[in-house]
Amino acid sequence: MEGTEQFIMGDTACAEGAIACGCKFFAGYPITPATEVAERMAKRLPQVGGTYIQMEDEMASMAAILGASWGGLKSMTSTSGPGFSLMMENIGLGIIMEVPCVVVNVQRAGPSTGLPTLCAQGDMMQARWGSHGHYEIIALSASSPQELFDITIKAFNLSEKYRLPVLVLTDEVVGHMTEKVVIPPYDKIDVYSRRISTLPPEEYLPYVSDEDMVAPMVGIGEGYRIHSTGLTHDKRGYPVITAPVQKEMMDRLIYKIRNNVDDIVEYEEIEMADAEIVVIAYGISARPALKALEMARDSGIKCGMMKLITIWPFPEKRIRELAPQVRGFVVPEINYGQICLEVERCSAGKTEIVLVSHAGGAIFHPNEILEVISRL
Amino acid sequence: MSGGVYHEIIISGYGGQGVILNGSILGKAATIYDKINATLVQSYGPEARGGACSAHVIISKETISYPYVHNPHILISMSQEAYENNIDSLRDGGLLLTDTDLVKRRKNDERHVSYSIPATRMAEKLGNKMMANIVILGYLASLSDAVNAESLRNAVEKSVPKGTEEKNLKAFEKGYKRGEKQKSGTG
Repeated sequence: MEGTEQFIMGDTACAEGAIACGCKFFAGYPITPATEVAERMAKRLPQVGGTYIQMEDEMASMAAILGASWGGLKSMTSTSGPGFSLMMENIGLGIIMEVPCVVVNVQRAGPSTGLPTLCAQGDMMQARWGSHGHYEIIALSASSPQELFDITIKAFNLSEKYRLPVLVLTDEVVGHMTEKVVIPPYDKIDVYSRRISTLPPEEYLPYVSDEDMVAPMVGIGEGYRIHSTGLTHDKRGYPVITAPVQKEMMDRLIYKIRNNVDDIVEYEEIEMADAEIVVIAYGISARPALKALEMARDSGIKCGMMKLITIWPFPEKRIRELAPQVRGFVVPEINYGQICLEVERCSAGKTEIVLVSHAGGAIFHPNEILEVISRL
Repeated sequence: MSGGVYHEIIISGYGGQGVILNGSILGKAATIYDKINATLVQSYGPEARGGACSAHVIISKETISYPYVHNPHILISMSQEAYENNIDSLRDGGLLLTDTDLVKRRKNDERHVSYSIPATRMAEKLGNKMMANIVILGYLASLSDAVNAESLRNAVEKSVPKGTEEKNLKAFEKGYKRGEKQKSGTG
């Protein structure tokens, strides 16, 4: 596949992105509209010396990829709404044990079984807060098969760099849409792999971090003593049930992300130079939003767009900057207002914010977004 | 849309007829061989075979932001239900291609340019009715300039199951020739 152009589905492109950056383990449970990710991984992993396991459910899938990652392999799972809910417990385990892995959520309309074959963007806040306790997470979003290929690689890189599960949030339409995807030669792709400790086994402690607050890893089974647990733990990985150790561990989990926001956050700005009205969009909604922007420009409205690639951590610095400079933000999303809440928080009352809401099951027609832009 | 090439196409039929594969072949011809843009989105019921399904394809020189088709330039219908569901959306002057034996068209449709081909029967004669979709692609290649015929041939060859390329290309040519004859009024 490398060095070729393909006309492929978003889900397939996602799997190809994983293969391209060295993913060697996939455990999952099929679910519409994410099944094609698993299907492609089942075909491709044996070709590259990797392992595919179909698990009994999503809880086990998540547990399996955490184990594989501790074993030294880049690992991934994919799912949709109902499975994403089931994964939440073990995503938290991945956060506290600091395990690099990638979780793909091809969103469909919920709650519950909802509309299995139709799209939504209803899991944005679940991605942020779905597991219990306070933590930082990284989540990325894509609006085309090419972007899904690219951000899957970025997700692996960030997960390896910051030692945590990274979420890829896409949706049914992007997942099932077929478009041209350019797959570069693999040696031309920037790949970041986890920092491996150079210390001898007698000196190594699994949770002693470097200056960036990320601790180097070793593979289980390589002669090192490793203890990892979902309980609050010290540098050795041993459970210590006290407030000071909780603070030490939590500070690391939180600030390894917060201190590196500029490295993690990515967004795209379109026609922003003179923009008075800015559409903030992500995923599939960014496509009709772009069309609406073009139509608005044609009718003389100074409209720009900020397309979010990193959803979490939220690109709040840029939105704080923009808020006092613009007449308004328009936020189209296929839910009843999730990312819009973040835009409101970051704008702190300095500009008008209009949510364009869709219940799910279809995507916006550009006219629906244009109408709101024109009224503002 | 400015900038030349722009076609919105709906291919519709029931699951198992190769409707989605046709969408994929068209998109591949446009993107990989004609080097322009294309999107394919699909809709179908919960069943993989037998239910109504359709492929929405947009082919354009420009970037395509919105991938769904509401008023196609070209409609291909391979079942009566597919025809009834989509014919009113076909824009004025739009091109309609149907399977003669599977679709009974409304009389006196002067809004559209209509052609029909017994694609399933022709494919059966070639040994496999599963190739009806490829017959109709050849037919389309002759009757429309949405994609280059040679690009479509290449895309057919790369998209059908290994070992069936020759048969499928033969099916494509049957459809293409039928279109050429009908265009020139000799068919």
